[in-house]
Amino acid sequence: MADHSSARGAPAAKGSAPPRKTSFLNDQRVRGVLYQILTIGAVVAVGWYLVHNTLTNLAARDIATGFGFLDREAGFDISESVIEYSPADTYGRVLLAGLLNTLKVSIIGIVLATLIGTIIGIARLSNNWLVAKLSSVYVEAMRNVPLLLQLFFWYAIIGVALPHPREALEPVEGWFLSNRGFRFPYPVWETGWTLAVIGLVLAAVITWWLNKRAARIQGETGRRPNVLIPGIALFIGLPVILWALGGAPTAIDVPEMAGFNFRGGASVSPEFAALLLGLTLYTAAFIAEIVRGGILSVHYGQTEAAVALGLKRGLVMRLVLLPQALRVIIPPLTSQYLNLTKNSSLAIAIGYPDLVATANTSINQTGQAVEGVAIIMATYLTVSLSISAFMNWYNSYIALRGGRS
Amino acid sequence: MSNGIEPTQTTVEPSVDAPKTPAMGEEVVIRLDNVNKWFGHFHVLKDINLDVRRGERVVVCGPSGSGKSTVIRCINRLEEHQQGDIIVNGVTLTNDVKAIEAIRKDVGMVFQSFNLFPHLTVLENLILGPIWVNKTPRKEAVDTAMYYLERVKIPEQASKYPGQLSGGQQQRVAIARSLCMKPSIMLFDEPTSALDPEMIKEVLDVMVELAQEGMTMICVTHEMGFARSVADTVVFMADGQIVEKNSPKELFANPQEERTRQFLSQIIQH
Repeated sequence: MADHSSARGAPAAKGSAPPRKTSFLNDQRVRGVLYQILTIGAVVAVGWYLVHNTLTNLAARDIATGFGFLDREAGFDISESVIEYSPADTYGRVLLAGLLNTLKVSIIGIVLATLIGTIIGIARLSNNWLVAKLSSVYVEAMRNVPLLLQLFFWYAIIGVALPHPREALEPVEGWFLSNRGFRFPYPVWETGWTLAVIGLVLAAVITWWLNKRAARIQGETGRRPNVLIPGIALFIGLPVILWALGGAPTAIDVPEMAGFNFRGGASVSPEFAALLLGLTLYTAAFIAEIVRGGILSVHYGQTEAAVALGLKRGLVMRLVLLPQALRVIIPPLTSQYLNLTKNSSLAIAIGYPDLVATANTSINQTGQAVEGVAIIMATYLTVSLSISAFMNWYNSYIALRGGRS
Repeated sequence: MSNGIEPTQTTVEPSVDAPKTPAMGEEVVIRLDNVNKWFGHFHVLKDINLDVRRGERVVVCGPSGSGKSTVIRCINRLEEHQQGDIIVNGVTLTNDVKAIEAIRKDVGMVFQSFNLFPHLTVLENLILGPIWVNKTPRKEAVDTAMYYLERVKIPEQASKYPGQLSGGQQQRVAIARSLCMKPSIMLFDEPTSALDPEMIKEVLDVMVELAQEGMTMICVTHEMGFARSVADTVVFMADGQIVEKNSPKELFANPQEERTRQFLSQIIQH
């Protein structure tokens, strides 16, 4: 009996037997340390093997390692770029152009997917039978078809279903839809337009300030001044006034046929359009489910308590449901943002020059596969970790304080 | 027991001896006129007729599934009735959103499961309604909130979150949250059923005080001690119908219906 109690770690009672002797391997702490040593050892061994093997093989084939190739002339062109780029530029610059193309499609995609996903997610909870069913069909169709297939589908739709530039669709005068993409009139950039953009930014800042002021006035008097109407007025008025002050430039570059293609105006390429459509619609289906789950996770009693106080539906959503739902929505939403960003590398399949596509061509031309893949990995890692860091910050900003209930 | 009544609850008596001070007025503030309601095919309320006068304290009791919660949930339109009229403070409940909001503003409700907002502090829970519904200036709302927190005896918890409070404290905050809207009628939907026995008393004490001040109250509860000491009227419901309605003295001492006798004998045996 005494043996029994001491083996359970009870404080040694007076006159009880000493703890039973056992192998030190049975000690929980010793085992814990041992497992960690074994794991680290295995990781280091595999890593060393891979590096050693690579270096040996590279040496055997006389391939020089290093990032020197980044300064050499790339010699190949890409179909579109955010920055100035010509084949005479370096590999470093073509990779940068690729990265910017990746960021462009990812950022626009994340914004659109969040908007569409939120609307579909809420629509799926609607009491309206048709709206709810349509949303369900959308979600099931989109998330059950592989993304790569969807990209081919959109690309084919644009390439096959749309006419040649000569017979381009022109829904509005000067706006052309063809299998070379979408072309539309664009203002000839002058000071007035720059001022107009500054006006937009100013309007945003002033509206933000008005909103803070409204909250303060509500605290003092109970009445919340309307911000929506002055806000809309600012967003329209300020850019127009500044544009007029800047000389009211009216010159517009309208696209027109020249030979076999268009000249002038601004354009969206079929590759970019297909990739953006595919990524956005696919990811929106997942985001819709996340939003729906988040709203459903808030107990129905919360809605009842809020409406019992006399709160209107919109305020119930804004003050009670959304703040609680967001805590559930944000972590999986972050994963979807990362997925969208990384899935943008499927661009290579339809010829959009993103980071992977440009790096791939660079690897083919230089043979610097290890360095090229290392650059791709490091870049995606940096972008992904940045998104994660931002979303984690946002999550902790809205996190539930004071424990759960 | 088969009725889902906790035997321990009937033994808890509110500590405050309740002299039924303020006499109720003549004015009818809630009228239910032949109210019928179905959940799908289930006929949950059958021809409910009930008048509640200003200052009247009504206790609704009965076995679970008898429709007693549904009755009071219809009064502030958390549930929709399909037949008959419900008139609150002279306003008939229809689909008119404005009328529903006006009634909800004036009718406080306390739930079995508290339903405090977990992302807001106790104080923020209390001032949410006054600020966004009654358009009260924040300072005034905070003053009112602190007054009612004093009344329910937990002013020191104002800056805590609901998750940090005990069940009894949470329910007292929930009562204070309703009172901050300065309602003229209070509905209680089994306010002590989710509480440990030792917390029931602290919540009942608050309710007894409220009753003594002349608040119009409808309370669904199994607390027969509470019914006996403060109620003007006890309504006994079974199977979606009002079986019997009388003063607590009469109803407990001299039930007219067999169904009532059965129910009372079952909860008094323990």
